[in-house]
Amino acid sequence: MEFKTILFYVFSTVTVVAALRVITARNPVHAALFLVLAFFNVAGLWMLLQAEFLALALIMVYVGAVMVLFLFVVMMLDINIERVRAGFWSNLPLGILVGGLLAAEMAAVLTGRYFGLANLPPHDLPANHSNTKELARVLYTDYAYPLEIASVILLVAIIVAVTLTLRRRKDTKTMQASAQIAVKAKDRMRLVKMASEVEESAPAAKQGEQA
Amino acid sequence: MLNNFVMPDLYPAAPEIFLLLMSFLVLFVDLAFGATQRWMAAMLTAVTLMGCAAITLAGVDGQTVLTFSGMFVDDLLSDFLKLLTYLAVIMMLIYSRRYLADRGLDKGEFYVLVLYATLGMMVMISAANLLTMYLGLELMSLSLYGLVAIDRDSPRATEAAMKYFVLGALASGLLLYGMSMIYGATGSLEIGGVAQALYHEQADKSVLVFGLAFLVAGVAFKLGLVPFHMWIPDVYHGAPTAVTMFIGSAPKLAAFAMALRLLVYALMGLAVEWQKMLLIMAVLSIGLGNLAAIAQTNIKRMLAYSAISHMGYMALGMMSGLVGGELDPFTAVNAYSSALYYTVAYVMMSLGAFGMVLLLSRAGYEAENLEDFKGLNQRSPWFAAMMLIIMFSMAGIPFFVGFFAKFAVLLAAIKAGYTTVAVIAVMFSLIGAFYYLRVVKLMYFDAPVDAAPIKAGLDLRVLLSLNGLAVAAFGLFPDALMTVCTTALIRSL
Repeated sequence: MEFKTILFYVFSTVTVVAALRVITARNPVHAALFLVLAFFNVAGLWMLLQAEFLALALIMVYVGAVMVLFLFVVMMLDINIERVRAGFWSNLPLGILVGGLLAAEMAAVLTGRYFGLANLPPHDLPANHSNTKELARVLYTDYAYPLEIASVILLVAIIVAVTLTLRRRKDTKTMQASAQIAVKAKDRMRLVKMASEVEESAPAAKQGEQA
Repeated sequence: MLNNFVMPDLYPAAPEIFLLLMSFLVLFVDLAFGATQRWMAAMLTAVTLMGCAAITLAGVDGQTVLTFSGMFVDDLLSDFLKLLTYLAVIMMLIYSRRYLADRGLDKGEFYVLVLYATLGMMVMISAANLLTMYLGLELMSLSLYGLVAIDRDSPRATEAAMKYFVLGALASGLLLYGMSMIYGATGSLEIGGVAQALYHEQADKSVLVFGLAFLVAGVAFKLGLVPFHMWIPDVYHGAPTAVTMFIGSAPKLAAFAMALRLLVYALMGLAVEWQKMLLIMAVLSIGLGNLAAIAQTNIKRMLAYSAISHMGYMALGMMSGLVGGELDPFTAVNAYSSALYYTVAYVMMSLGAFGMVLLLSRAGYEAENLEDFKGLNQRSPWFAAMMLIIMFSMAGIPFFVGFFAKFAVLLAAIKAGYTTVAVIAVMFSLIGAFYYLRVVKLMYFDAPVDAAPIKAGLDLRVLLSLNGLAVAAFGLFPDALMTVCTTALIRSL
């Protein structure tokens, strides 16, 4: 057995076990960490396929950025996992049955003939072959159109997220710096011309107060 | 290394580029004037769609042009479907103007998302590559999820959006998985390339059929065929009526284009397999849609089940192209153009039916129950007549457009040898006639429950009248539309 084959089985086994633990772990933080492990091993599989750029991008983007953010969210939300998973064990037999049937059927159709180890990796590339260069070459030329659509999809995601979450409370007090600077003395202070006070007799003063 | 790169011809994609640029303008205008001048975003959106229509019309030449390294196709079919899409979206905007204003939903985001959903449909309609098809679908779906949830304070809308999002993501996953299998088997993402590989029988059949099953499931979800229909009643019911109208109209055209391009253009070599799948789903949809619609008291839910059954009839046309494993171009074109005709007719009727719901709604009141249609004849004989035309047409009663649409798909099915299926479809359309006629009965023979005068703007009244009359007119002259559908298909095959 080649060393690469052993690596493949190690990465695959850890991926499958970690993915299973994601849905069975009791602690959501543990589940998120198992997801990190699964991503990491999938990146290893990609490395075996000589797709080093994708492998590194997966680690940097998903493990580095997305999952850390996800962990923060999980920790802040304080999800009660027991309540979310109520009925998990009672539904498990049916789930295993359906999932197992699906997996068995898919395996029966595909088996190892088409996507087995024999086809992996398809060909050995020279050591100085750059995946990144290859991707960069086609991404902005042949695949410019899908790239543009993908960017529009991201824009839509931003717009939808802002639309659904941005709430301006009506009762919040905010400072408006421009209005504060533009304020003039006469906006704040009113000078009223009044007749000068003259000391008069007591009843007249009383009348003035009433008016 | 880059010397052999040729700048793609942008002209065929001019409508898409124009729409994208204008959507940025709408965003900026809304940012600057949205707080005070809400009409500006709406007006700009309408202008954008009309501009797109003008650009598309100017580019109609009947030639099939591929651009962007063969990922984008501009043919007569795409021009025809795009023009219909613009029309459906503009009609939706006019119908829903007052409804949105009454509920404070006429924000700039609404119009921007409508534009992006339209862009997604255009990308799907013009997709010549599995990748662009998928991305167009995602662009459309993501915008639609946002639109369903746009009324943030309505728990029903939020629930509908959540269901739509989760099920839609699952369907996207299925579709993508199917596409990856087909790519694995044929080694090509291009629709033409897949068809070539199938024609030369280079690809492995079992992997292909495996991928096909997932692909058909994804397409069926977008069309809303049983058993992938679960989202339709809840989303139609939960979304604001204007958004329901949007989901129930233009995306059906895009879904038709997706089904045609993926199944017919790319996977014609597997037609024997996917026709069987479509057959089962079509019969189930027609049956379940018509039976479940009877039990509904909410007209939006009723129209949702009616949509499921209508898409079942459409699928009858889609699955009748290949007879006995032999490809006869004449039969095939007839079958696919009957499906296209059905889709167009359905979009027209669907817009009219939801237009009626919007007509009866007013500020703080949703006329979404069947009861709200009681005694409409006494309140407004003209609009009761319009609703009568639309309901008769949906039921498939002769001399309205819906009758000829049903007639065309049933004829195609019989020609393909599915006589039993056609008989079953007719039986269920008789059962279905019950709930359409019930609306007519409520309008004409019951006393009104809601006696408030109909306060709709002139634009809505005129458009609704035109819509109803079009349903009648296309029924009197069915050949005109049929000829256009057939020509568009023949010139694009």
